[in-house]
Amino acid sequence: MSLAKDNPALTSSVLYLDGVCVSFDGYKALRGLSLTLEPGEMRAIIGPNGAGKTTMMDVITGKTRPDEGEIYFNGLHDLTKLDEPSIAELGIGRKFQKPTVFESHTVEDNILLALKAPRSAFATLFGAAPADERERIDRILETTRLKDHRARMAADLSHGQKQWLEIGMLLAQDPKLLLVDEPVAGMTDAETAQTAELLREIAKDHSVVVVEHDMTFVRDLGVKVTVLHEGAVLAEGPLDVVSADPRVIEVYLGR
Amino acid sequence: MRMTRLIGAALSRAMAGLGRSAFTATVAIGLLGGALAPSTVRADASDDVVAKFSTDRFPDTEKAIQDLAASGLATGPAMLDALNANQLYFDPASKGVYFTNAAGELIVARTGSKAEGVAQARLKKVRLNNSVRGAMQAAQGALSLMSPDPAKRLVGAESVFKSRDPASLPAVEMALKAEKDAKIRRAFEQARAAVIASDKSQDELNRLEALDFIKERGDQDAASLLSTISAANDGRVKASAEEGARAIQSRLALWAHVQNIWYGLSLGSVLLLAAIGLAITFGVMGVINMAHGEMVMLGAYTTFVVQEWIRSHNPALFDYSLFIAIPLAFVFTGFIGVIIERCIIRFLYGRPLETLLATFGLSLMLQQAVRSMFGANNREVGAPAFMSGAFEFGALSITSGRMWIIVFAIAVFVGLLLLLRVTPFGLRMRAVTQNRRMASAMGVDTNRVDALAFGLGSGIAGIAGVALSQIDNVSPNLGQSYIIDSFMVVVFGGVGNLWGTLVAALSLGIANKFLEPIAGAVLGKILLLVFIILFIQKRPRGLFALKGRAVEA
Amino acid sequence: MQLDLQGKAPFLDARSRIFLAVLAGAATLVPILFLATPASSFLHMPAYLVALFGKYLCFALLALSLDLVWGYCGILSLGHGAFFSLGGYAMGMYLMRQIGTRGVYANPILPDFMVFLNWKELPMTWWGFSSFSYAMLMVLLVPGILAFCFGWFAFRSRVTGVYLSIITQAMTYALLLAFFRNDMGFGGNNGLTDFKDLLGFNVQADGMRAALFSISAIALGIGYLIARAVVTSKFGKVLIAIRDAESRTRFIGYRVETYKVVVFTLSAMMAGVAGALYVPQVGIINPSEFSPANSIEAVIWVAVGGRGTLVGAALGAVLVNFAKTWFTGALPEFWLFALGLLFILVTLFLPKGIVGTMSGLTIWPRRKPPQARPQPTPAE
Repeated sequence: MSLAKDNPALTSSVLYLDGVCVSFDGYKALRGLSLTLEPGEMRAIIGPNGAGKTTMMDVITGKTRPDEGEIYFNGLHDLTKLDEPSIAELGIGRKFQKPTVFESHTVEDNILLALKAPRSAFATLFGAAPADERERIDRILETTRLKDHRARMAADLSHGQKQWLEIGMLLAQDPKLLLVDEPVAGMTDAETAQTAELLREIAKDHSVVVVEHDMTFVRDLGVKVTVLHEGAVLAEGPLDVVSADPRVIEVYLGR
Repeated sequence: MRMTRLIGAALSRAMAGLGRSAFTATVAIGLLGGALAPSTVRADASDDVVAKFSTDRFPDTEKAIQDLAASGLATGPAMLDALNANQLYFDPASKGVYFTNAAGELIVARTGSKAEGVAQARLKKVRLNNSVRGAMQAAQGALSLMSPDPAKRLVGAESVFKSRDPASLPAVEMALKAEKDAKIRRAFEQARAAVIASDKSQDELNRLEALDFIKERGDQDAASLLSTISAANDGRVKASAEEGARAIQSRLALWAHVQNIWYGLSLGSVLLLAAIGLAITFGVMGVINMAHGEMVMLGAYTTFVVQEWIRSHNPALFDYSLFIAIPLAFVFTGFIGVIIERCIIRFLYGRPLETLLATFGLSLMLQQAVRSMFGANNREVGAPAFMSGAFEFGALSITSGRMWIIVFAIAVFVGLLLLLRVTPFGLRMRAVTQNRRMASAMGVDTNRVDALAFGLGSGIAGIAGVALSQIDNVSPNLGQSYIIDSFMVVVFGGVGNLWGTLVAALSLGIANKFLEPIAGAVLGKILLLVFIILFIQKRPRGLFALKGRAVEA
Repeated sequence: MQLDLQGKAPFLDARSRIFLAVLAGAATLVPILFLATPASSFLHMPAYLVALFGKYLCFALLALSLDLVWGYCGILSLGHGAFFSLGGYAMGMYLMRQIGTRGVYANPILPDFMVFLNWKELPMTWWGFSSFSYAMLMVLLVPGILAFCFGWFAFRSRVTGVYLSIITQAMTYALLLAFFRNDMGFGGNNGLTDFKDLLGFNVQADGMRAALFSISAIALGIGYLIARAVVTSKFGKVLIAIRDAESRTRFIGYRVETYKVVVFTLSAMMAGVAGALYVPQVGIINPSEFSPANSIEAVIWVAVGGRGTLVGAALGAVLVNFAKTWFTGALPEFWLFALGLLFILVTLFLPKGIVGTMSGLTIWPRRKPPQARPQPTPAE
């Protein structure tokens, strides 16, 4: 612990993973994954299927406990010791690969539930709504282009709109770090471009980790790229440099 | 106590008067021969013995009993039984003695033939008090040592072992000489040893030797006898008895555990039978079938119907009724299972809570249907010859029925395991449950597999019902008593894992039987339920859980 | 439920108002028809009907409590019959203590069955039950504490779905076995019966029957208002969020287990109240009330009426029990067939229940969106 605290790479980072290993029934999903994210940075994570991208998200957000390794948030919170709600409250938001919104709530209620506010049962049962609640919801609906759909049931939205609603819910949480898993899967080209734009906008005042398969989209983002392979980092750097790396070409891009 | 000593004394006196072998021969012939042939071989002597019962005074009656025991009169045992039942009479005028037998007929005690022309109203009852009763029991013991019936001789030896009256020693010695059966000989030897070891007037070496016989016997009675002896004696006898008692106690404690494990395995095999079909429908397919218990019940009723048919058409087949019922029950309940799957469950895949409700409704209907057809009362299902009876294994008494059910449960389990592992159907079924769409793309008819798999689970429940009909009441509620236990077993063992089901069923069965003596049957069951509830909360996926991402989906 | 433009459901919507009005009407009209009309009158309501309707109202409250956890939070509890019975036993124990010396053995302290078992003193579990307020506290606390402890273990370990249903059923079953035992001190097999007084009034008297009916109606009304307040609050929205996407709710920072424990406990207490009102109206409570089948039957009431509608749950309870009364009178052989068929038909063909289907707009998730997917708005 104390050793970790003295590590400058750790103390200055927003997210710090070192030597993280996870195995399921003997299958090693992560084998010594190490990664550092600077405050305000947006990072794209790419890698073939089974490279451990989703498992990485799971260990960061507390869904899965790593067998070994360290995970720190903001250089001081040991995420391996916390559960999902605690990690969420620290300011880490997650968007799932498959859009997961609350289907029988309206778009507005989806945002309302995600809105940064006391999360305790007592507060939601007896607490009064904050005065600026409506305003904040409006702003997020505006950003995610869902203003006209606010009273619709989330179940009735199109696939792309659900993805945006989920990003809107992430924004409403006002997290310090966003983890976004394949935000453009199944989107049309126009939607993809809009999503890239949306994420760039968000990245202005948040740290973001984006996991994506879609190379054009990653190129659109124009950020530093980390390539995962078999549960560990294979290469890291600007997309152009990474895509020139022969190892990366072999395992991923070349085929 | 005093009385039995008197009988012994009478016997010893008789023995002293005759040469040993001559006496044995006479008595043996007298007792056995007399007992076998209800004749009047020794009419004059027996007249005398019998007539002594025509008295109102208790001491005289006691004396009469002792003489009767020593005489070996053929009707002696019957007379004593009658006396015990207050049905021995005498005629104060003629000194004739009579008794009534089980059929209520009046019998002449001397000859054993029916009494003609005797007015029962004139007869007086031979009266009993406690000391007469004591004498009578001792006499019965001594008489039974020579009884032609081996079982009665064993009982006699046992009663001597318990009373350890020094006076019965001569009778035991005598009986031992005449005895041919090795098992009964051992019983006599032990009885003799019990008497000698307890008798302080005996030589110490004899007593120590006797103690070894008792130790060899090794049961609870021997242990308590040894501890009594050790408490009442000093020196080497005390030490030897004490050591023997301790050894027997610890051996018995071990056997008690073995017995518990056996009972537990027996209960566990019942749980396994009930749960194993559920391990397919719930464990492998993920379908919550609340009507599973009713499939078991239908299997039990199939057995009933098969036996009814056999009784009225071909009684000779009765011993094979279970072998006929097993395939029929499998086919019948399996067929019903397929119908249920096609008509109800297939519309509810992916909606487990709705499946639970619909199948519960189904269970109500099946119960009511059976109640309407067969009535609400228990139905009698008989046990074929090979299922009844028991045998000894060490200190265990094992009933054949229970043993065959354990064997059957294991056989069903192994059969199912093989079916899933090596047959093409098993392969398809595993493929469908692991990845439905992929299996479908590979050309597996998933609908067919679903229906057959559900039918398989139901069919196995049906054959479980055949086995359970042998040990439980066959009534419309039969299934309800198993459904919660079955779910507990499958969940405890870990869903989707047949081995887990096996381990869970057997360990729950054994745990239950070990809890029962401590907590009582009901409380033991409650404790076990509470334990499982807590266990599931600790490990929601059971003992042998599959880990990883796949199970989350 | 009608949604206004903002997507906010008002606390008292039209359906709630109709429901409460019907309840208020029944609470006043039934006692009047029962007490104030002559027995010969066409309008007169016989005593057995008052007791019967009172029983329906208790079942409706039980269904309401079940709807709160199942319809809104997705927790299919098969243990609500147990909470109901525990509340009933708490009330029954008070009523037993009121018998006093009028029992067969005329023991001023011990109920008859304890005298019969040769018990010398009152077990600790019975202390205080001579006080009405203590008994009423227990009506709430005993089911509440059991639900809290059970929920705390179960929800924290993330036992969900059918696993939860099965262990709630096992809990009920364990209680059933326990209450059958004489040495538990709750009357064993026979349970508690032969009640005399409630708060000094004869439980058999007409006035008491009418009062119990009205109180049941009022309790149902209050239960409805509480449930309605819960589901229209932000708390209620979180419950629905948990029902639809539990792990998503966790990832946006809600402690799912806390929410579940709170609503489960609240619901168990409502069920306990229902049981407590039920016992004086039927005059007996025995262990068979714990039978797992009773709990599942309560689930089907909710399913028939429409889960996640509250009003539907109450309506379903009344309808199914009315059918039960009719069948057991006219065609007793067929009641279980009818009930079984109802289970199957409702789950297959009427998953939203009567109220959910009639209103056409339920908050239970739809399988297929009714409209075509709108195109995303074009970029500027």
